Amino acid sequence: MDAVYLFFVLILSIFLGLELIRKVPSTLHTPLMSGSNAISGITLVGALTSAGSADSRVTIVLGTLAVAFATINVVGGYLVTDRMLGMFKKKKESDS
Amino acid sequence: MIFLINSVYIVCSVLFIMGLKLMSSPATARRGNLLSAVGMFLAVIITLLDRNILSYQWILIGIVLGALIGVLAARLVAMTDMPQMVAAFNGFGGIASLLVAWVLFFKSPNTESFTLTTLYLSVFIGGITFTGSMVAFGKLDGKITTKPVLFRGQQFVNSLILLALLCFGVLFLFPDLAGISRSSLILYAVILSGILGVMVVIPIGGADMPVVISLLNSYSGLAACAAGFAIRNNLLIVSGALVGASGIILTNIMCKAMNRSLTNVLFSGFGSAGGSVVAEEGDEGEIRPINSEDAYLILEAASSVVIIPGYGMAVAQAQHVVRELADLLEQNGAEVNFAIHPVAGRMPGHMNVLLAEANVSYDKMREMDDINPMMETVDVAIVIGANDVVNPAAREVENSPIYGMPIISADKARTVFVLKRSMRTGFAGIGNPLFFKENTRMLFGDAKASIQAVVAQFKES
Repeated sequence: MDAVYLFFVLILSIFLGLELIRKVPSTLHTPLMSGSNAISGITLVGALTSAGSADSRVTIVLGTLAVAFATINVVGGYLVTDRMLGMFKKKKESDS
Repeated sequence: MIFLINSVYIVCSVLFIMGLKLMSSPATARRGNLLSAVGMFLAVIITLLDRNILSYQWILIGIVLGALIGVLAARLVAMTDMPQMVAAFNGFGGIASLLVAWVLFFKSPNTESFTLTTLYLSVFIGGITFTGSMVAFGKLDGKITTKPVLFRGQQFVNSLILLALLCFGVLFLFPDLAGISRSSLILYAVILSGILGVMVVIPIGGADMPVVISLLNSYSGLAACAAGFAIRNNLLIVSGALVGASGIILTNIMCKAMNRSLTNVLFSGFGSAGGSVVAEEGDEGEIRPINSEDAYLILEAASSVVIIPGYGMAVAQAQHVVRELADLLEQNGAEVNFAIHPVAGRMPGHMNVLLAEANVSYDKMREMDDINPMMETVDVAIVIGANDVVNPAAREVENSPIYGMPIISADKARTVFVLKRSMRTGFAGIGNPLFFKENTRMLFGDAKASIQAVVAQFKES
């Protein structure tokens, strides 16, 4: 039952994702990709749980690495997306 | 406590969904990204409050290290290097999911088969995503050749690796069958999936990179999704599925834009030596070179101009001077538009980002279907470092490998300027009849220098 319930969530999310992303214009495909990539850094939540309760040396190293990689993904992903989106302007402005 | 955490996770999911929804317009996209980031922040904070987590010092080390690298990378990267940056981030997402699954396995190696299956999947997808993305990164950054790397029996080897991974997966569930321990099996899976990632991406050529990047983007989401199944966390499943769906849609768009199927992109090694790289019919003919002065005279008289950028513009870092030219043309009374093919550049929407960086307003960036009907009324089409996306062979030469691919009909404009370094073919490795047409003028040289010369003429007058 547990697995079925998780699949239920998965299938609904896929449909939701398809609907949402279909509406994104091609102009924004690069920011969309790097933004959605930052979201995939949600695996950080999993990394935090596993790094936290680690007990052996191997798990501590692997867990810390997982946290570090996921954090790069999250922090870097959101910042770079913001940087890109900041450039999309409707009216031309004078170069600063 | 579990109730509280899950409630916050619902809020986070909503924030991600709203964030993606706001991405559908350039005016609100930045707010959407911020909303999504707030969701991520909330998710991390509430997870840290979970009292299962004990050793904060390691988490702190990981987060500080990751954040430092992330901030530096995001700040320092040049806009032209964005494709390899995104590729690298895709890979990091993949390996993070792999590591999460691996650690989880060390903690409880004998859990139920459902968890074991999803753990294995997370390692499998995460591994392919990581090394595949690193190869893509290397190719985009010019550290590895952008040409397809093919060898005899490659697909056989790949199938063998895949088969081995599947067998190990079954043994992973029933380790007594062959007497190999689970911890060695998962190690083999890490290694083999890593090798498979390299093998799958190395035969893909530069022109197909937008498809690969989109696909890897999707994989990084699926890896997170599988990790979510393993730790039974709905937030990971929802977010992973959103990312997976996003990557699949972009992959589909890119494939359509090239009139090719995904299997074709993944397995054919398009443009590799030995393919149909023979000169096409209509390749013979006279080319008409032009210098910047003549180009200026024609542009000065033009009342409508369409600029068609490609990867060559990115390489030459010409986007700023291109915008300068567009401004001058507009001051001269011409209507200027940018026509952007979906697969121009090295990732979906690559050209849009570069032009946005150069302050080109986004309502001037037109999509292919939008601009093609008006091409016949255009005085000058300026093709900057784009080859295959304007190749009329796609429309006219039935035996051309790109036949049927939707293109921007630059050849229908009254005059076409093609800015190119040489007569070499584009990444698809096929000849372009456009260069020999009556109305085409070739402006040889570095795109940036050529446009600068034209801009200088405008300023002198």
